Amino acid sequence: MILQMNGICKDYLQGKMTVPVLRDIDFSMEEGEYVAIMGPSGSGKTTLMNIVGCLDQATSGTFFLDGEDIGKCSDNRMSDIRLKKIGFVFQNFQLLPRQSALDNVALPLCYAGIAKKERHERAAEALERVGLGDRMDFKPNQLSGGQKQRVAIARAMVNHPKILLADEPTGALDSKSGEQVMELFESLHREGVSILMITHDAGIASFAERIVEIRDGRLKNREVETE
Amino acid sequence: MLENIRLSFQGIWSHKMRSFLTMLGIIIGIASIISIVSTIKGTNEQIKENLIGAGNNNVKIQLYQGEGTYWMDGGLPNGVYQLSDEQKQEILDLDTVENASFYQERTYADGIAYGSTNLEGGNVLGIDQNYLSTCGYQIYRGRSFIDSDFEEIRKVVLLDDTAAQAMFQEEDPLGKVIEMRNEPFTVVGIVKKSDSFQPVIQSMEDYNTYNQESYATVFLPNVCWPVIYQFDEPENAVVMAKTTEDMSSVGKNAAEIMNRSITNTTDSLSYKAEDLLEKAKSLQDLSQSTNSQLIWIASISLLVGGIGVMNIMLVSVTERTSEIGLKKAIGARKRRILAQFLTEAAVLTSIGGLIGVGAGIVMAQVISRMSKTPVAISVPSIILSVAFSMIIGIVFGLLPSVKAANLNPIDALRRE
Ligand SMILES: Nc1ncnc2c1ncn2[C@@H]1O[C@H](COP(=O)(O)OP(=O)(O)O)[C@@H](O)[C@H]1O
Ligand SMILES: [Mg+2]
Repeated sequence: MILQMNGICKDYLQGKMTVPVLRDIDFSMEEGEYVAIMGPSGSGKTTLMNIVGCLDQATSGTFFLDGEDIGKCSDNRMSDIRLKKIGFVFQNFQLLPRQSALDNVALPLCYAGIAKKERHERAAEALERVGLGDRMDFKPNQLSGGQKQRVAIARAMVNHPKILLADEPTGALDSKSGEQVMELFESLHREGVSILMITHDAGIASFAERIVEIRDGRLKNREVETE
Repeated sequence: MLENIRLSFQGIWSHKMRSFLTMLGIIIGIASIISIVSTIKGTNEQIKENLIGAGNNNVKIQLYQGEGTYWMDGGLPNGVYQLSDEQKQEILDLDTVENASFYQERTYADGIAYGSTNLEGGNVLGIDQNYLSTCGYQIYRGRSFIDSDFEEIRKVVLLDDTAAQAMFQEEDPLGKVIEMRNEPFTVVGIVKKSDSFQPVIQSMEDYNTYNQESYATVFLPNVCWPVIYQFDEPENAVVMAKTTEDMSSVGKNAAEIMNRSITNTTDSLSYKAEDLLEKAKSLQDLSQSTNSQLIWIASISLLVGGIGVMNIMLVSVTERTSEIGLKKAIGARKRRILAQFLTEAAVLTSIGGLIGVGAGIVMAQVISRMSKTPVAISVPSIILSVAFSMIIGIVFGLLPSVKAANLNPIDALRRE
């Protein structure tokens, strides 16, 4: 079990009102599983993803990631978990605009305290892997959307995380680039990486092994299995 | 760390104009400190020159043995002859000399008393008729020495105000008889240094510097010297130069004339003018305190610069919210973000400091050209300035850096 959530609730304070965003979520993923979360805008997908990604703590409930109780983790420990065990891919890429593709990919290795030479080797390797071996010195604004997202995937994977979290990874891409990203996810999945992907595109969701629906902060009881 | 410094340079370089404007406060602050310190140092040196010559442009010429002054108690050493009136006249005849006097001197003299009151640690001078005018003494009460005092070897003394105060307190010293090594001497007058030279006294330090020569002094006619001391003691000379600029050459020339009465070549005996530089040095120390006060005042401008840096850093943190959020999301600890922003602030202000030092040196030179005062660049103040500007960066960068480190990555990423 790579992750296991029981009774997760998340409330936001809106002025004096507490707004419940996630209500009593039970959710788990096996190691190596490929899951898509679908739901309308504002249903709490990103909020759930933030908790899974150790960017945020739940208001109540328990959450174990790779056997560790995240509810009891310090801020520094959460940073380290994000660094070592989690890879993030965002809808809007989130690349540092002034750094080359290579430096963007090498950034997490820098935080992991890896020496410069090895950093460059591993970042280059990761870029080759996503088919951008010839674009290493390009700045983000010299790359297309699809290429940017592939740089972001290389960055997410460079530290060999246990789980890849992708929040609408194809949301800002045309369908062809989106397909390339999906192909990449497929091959990572085949290598045994666990993937949790948010999307509201049913076509994209169908690449996953399992689709979970979220509505008004509740997971749909019946988890829809695809084939 | 090195990586952070490299990134800081990159960041500063990519916002050249803004970085420069941010640094401007620091640049101006440091530049004014450097130029103030340099010109103050230069002007102080000039003031010192004036001070040495202030009052009477007096140069004291004493008999030296090696590096130290010869101890008078020993009497005239072998091969050193009494100075003659001809020699005095020769000195007086120098173009640059206004007045000259030969005199004998005892410092920390003992055996001087009025009744039961001893004068401790006073000076006794056996003087000729030129001495008082050469050194700028004025008769405050009673009379000066007159020709008949010298002709008849009268046992009379003049007291300076310090000595009079020490021995007589409220009593009137005029006409009183004091004891000098068991010989009775009558007080005929009280003298005072004329007021032409009045240093501004601002601190205890100043007081000590200016008063180091105002020991209680008892003057007697030089002809009386052997009555209480011995015959054949070496004499000192004090020469009044016409101008301050002449003082060094007057001292050298007078010493040369006096050295003719020395035939002893083995004991390294010679007459030398007192070292004016030595005197300047003690005054230099005194100006140090004024100097450092001014540095503090100039530092206030750095404070303003520091606040500017803080302001821009806060803007920069806001601008780079999503960068910070991303870095935290992919695993950067708080401490790392903090270090990144602190380094950036410190690098920024250090560069500002360096530019400021350069600008300050240029400014000092320009001021020097315009006001014709010398400037002296002080290396410690340069090092201090750069170190100080780095500290300013760290201090004023702290608040923005803490703000950056504490950014919530979720909020930061949510922004487009
Ligand atoms: N920081 C926040 N403060 C208050 N409300 C929030 C905050 N973040 C999200 N929400 C609310 O939570 C709900 C779910 O948001 P989100 O998880 O981003 O939805 P989704 O990703 O499914 O579109 C929304 O109604 C949103 O307004
Ligand atoms: Mg969302």
